Amino acid sequence: MSPQLSTPPKVPFFRDTRTLKWVFQIAALLAVFALLYWLYGNYQENVAKSSIQTDLRFLDNPAYFTIPGSDLDQSQPVRDAFVVGFLNTLRVAIIGVALATVLGTLVGIARLSKNFMVRTLGTVYVELVRNLPLLLLLTFMNLAVVLQTFPRIENAWLPLDLFVISNRGIAIPWFIGSSTQLVIGILSAALLAFVVARIRIKRADITGKQDRAWLYGILTFLALVVLIWLLFGYGWELPYVDGRGTTGGLRLDPSFFALLASLVIYTSSHIAEIVRGSILAVPRGQGEAADAIALSSSQKMRLVILPQAFRIAMPALGNQYLNLIKNSSLGATISYFELTQIAQITVGNGSPAVPAFSLTLLVYLAISLVTSLVVNYFNRKLALVER
Amino acid sequence: MITWMRRNLFRSVTDSLLTVVSATILGIVLVQVFQFVFINGRWEIIQVNLKILLVGRFPDELMYLVGFSILAICFSIASLAGGLERAPNSIQNLPAKLWGLFQRFGLIAATAALLIVLAADFDAVAFGGYVLMSIVAGTLFGRLRRTTALKKLPGWIWVLLNASLPMVLIFITIGQAALEEWGGFLINFYLAVVSITLSFPLGVLLALSRRSSLPLLRWLSTTYIELIRGAPLFVLLLLAGVALEFFIPSSIAPDAIFRAITVFTLFTAAYLAEVIRGGLQSIPKGQAEAGKALGLSTVKITFLITLPQALRNVIPAQIGQFISLFKDTTLAGVALSVFELLNVGSAITKQDDYLGQGLIYETLAFVALLFWVGSYVMSRESQRIEKKLGVGLR
Repeated sequence: MSPQLSTPPKVPFFRDTRTLKWVFQIAALLAVFALLYWLYGNYQENVAKSSIQTDLRFLDNPAYFTIPGSDLDQSQPVRDAFVVGFLNTLRVAIIGVALATVLGTLVGIARLSKNFMVRTLGTVYVELVRNLPLLLLLTFMNLAVVLQTFPRIENAWLPLDLFVISNRGIAIPWFIGSSTQLVIGILSAALLAFVVARIRIKRADITGKQDRAWLYGILTFLALVVLIWLLFGYGWELPYVDGRGTTGGLRLDPSFFALLASLVIYTSSHIAEIVRGSILAVPRGQGEAADAIALSSSQKMRLVILPQAFRIAMPALGNQYLNLIKNSSLGATISYFELTQIAQITVGNGSPAVPAFSLTLLVYLAISLVTSLVVNYFNRKLALVER
Repeated sequence: MITWMRRNLFRSVTDSLLTVVSATILGIVLVQVFQFVFINGRWEIIQVNLKILLVGRFPDELMYLVGFSILAICFSIASLAGGLERAPNSIQNLPAKLWGLFQRFGLIAATAALLIVLAADFDAVAFGGYVLMSIVAGTLFGRLRRTTALKKLPGWIWVLLNASLPMVLIFITIGQAALEEWGGFLINFYLAVVSITLSFPLGVLLALSRRSSLPLLRWLSTTYIELIRGAPLFVLLLLAGVALEFFIPSSIAPDAIFRAITVFTLFTAAYLAEVIRGGLQSIPKGQAEAGKALGLSTVKITFLITLPQALRNVIPAQIGQFISLFKDTTLAGVALSVFELLNVGSAITKQDDYLGQGLIYETLAFVALLFWVGSYVMSRESQRIEKKLGVGLR
């Protein structure tokens, strides 16, 4: 007799977890759609009542306002104003990210210094800034530092005669000539310098001598820049006070300066903590091994600790970059003409609020997505490849 | 001493140079701050406007309600803290205990003392006394939990018991004085506490759905979280300021506080969800598997086994989220014209008596002090909890 296997009792479909799971999910989805539909219905009803546009046609209307530092005409469409605002957001974000990274790394290293004074200075900076609202720093920079402490243009500060600092902004020395040529020149110099550095590293791999890739790279870069300068006749131009304004050099708006300074100060205090944590997270043996092969303390930092620390820090750093970009929207509170400020002004001038702000949010979302793509790319490149 | 200086200040020539440079910077800053606080600063504007900075236009005749609420909150927190089991090896001798208390709460005590000095009237001194008394009474009451039959009370009833008195008082206060009349530091605190409380269940729900095995739920919650995290809080607040009324029935007229709480809650929930998700990921798989082996349902496994451990592991990160929300409440001032502390701080320099006198340094310094002390003390406490929990060390 063959053994009889008892067949399991058939589960009715309403008690089958596989069905239940889907029923539950579809119910949740329907609930969300119902909520969205309700919101949308309210929106349609309220909009119809006050006859407000719901599409993006307002982008073609004339802007009716001008933007300092741009030759936008009042009759140009709102679309162009948004483009200028977008570029201003990018400008403050890119410069801010670069400066905040450098300052944050320095402060983070300072907090781990063996030198008591340096360590204290770093700790005071981080603990002071990190626990203040960014908006407070921004208000302070704008109202207290720029508008109250910076002198009027008649008695502007002229440190080293290179800068002109007044409550009308800061003018810095700048190149003469077209900026496209300048960018192309600097980029090609950087490229060549990079190639030289790579050659040095390759040679070091073969000969075993020190590569000094950075030194060679920087020297090549400087030499090329000087060469371009001499060949094509570029030159510095120093700013000077000219009546009620400044002439020459590059003038930074007071609001741009205040926004940039507060974003950099605030974000760098967070980056410093990330860098400090990541340096501590590098296994101790790495530092000890560097000591054992007699690297100097700066070599140990540059060649052994920091590269590994940045691998650990990368995701957290990416978050801080995203925060900085999103926080640049606070520029609207001090009339820096970035994206949010443009949206606010056009809504004030009669553009429909919901489409205008939705567009703004979408642009921020796009910037955030691109930034996280870039950060993830570097993260993957830096990540340890394990078995 | 000399060896210490050799080791810590003058190890080499560059080191000595760094010491001199940073000591100079620190020295200059300290001298400037000292001069500003004790010599150049004109603090009259703060003294005159102290009430408006702390509570805005809150009606004078109802201030006793705020007072009672503060006393009740102090009592409850002291009682909850006093009721905690002491670790067997905790410090017992009195001077060390006092020193520990001073390190933890000295800053708050000093700030409170400063506020009393600025108020410069007898009522403030008396109120300081009441606060101290309520803290002592709370600690003694909390001790009953450890020594008497109260020990047998379930934890959640004990917590509810302690929370009920301040809750009732706060609800009475809201009922008596309309929220539009609240302002100053009070409204910053209120916004932060209410929003984090409301966002907590939403955050838990989002985190659980994002981790669940059900694809549709996962997809919904991921979309929500990423959309919110890609948007600047300030723009969301502006949008709520001009557009919230379009999305709700016209019978509801939202005021600025309502708008602010809505946005802060929806915004914080997304970030809180990510924090809680981190906590859930830190729980070893064996925990859920053990639950399954005992025949518990998925719901029971989640709410009795994994979620409690996950929430406990990320307490420091949750406090961090609260701190950043606390700081972000300043945005409600510029975006929605809520009369919060920073807004008050820049507004009072435009009063007739002070216009054009350049008193912005004084008011911003006072605003900064309150925010700084609040955030700093909270972050220190969160570090303490982190050490106590020993996350990552077990």
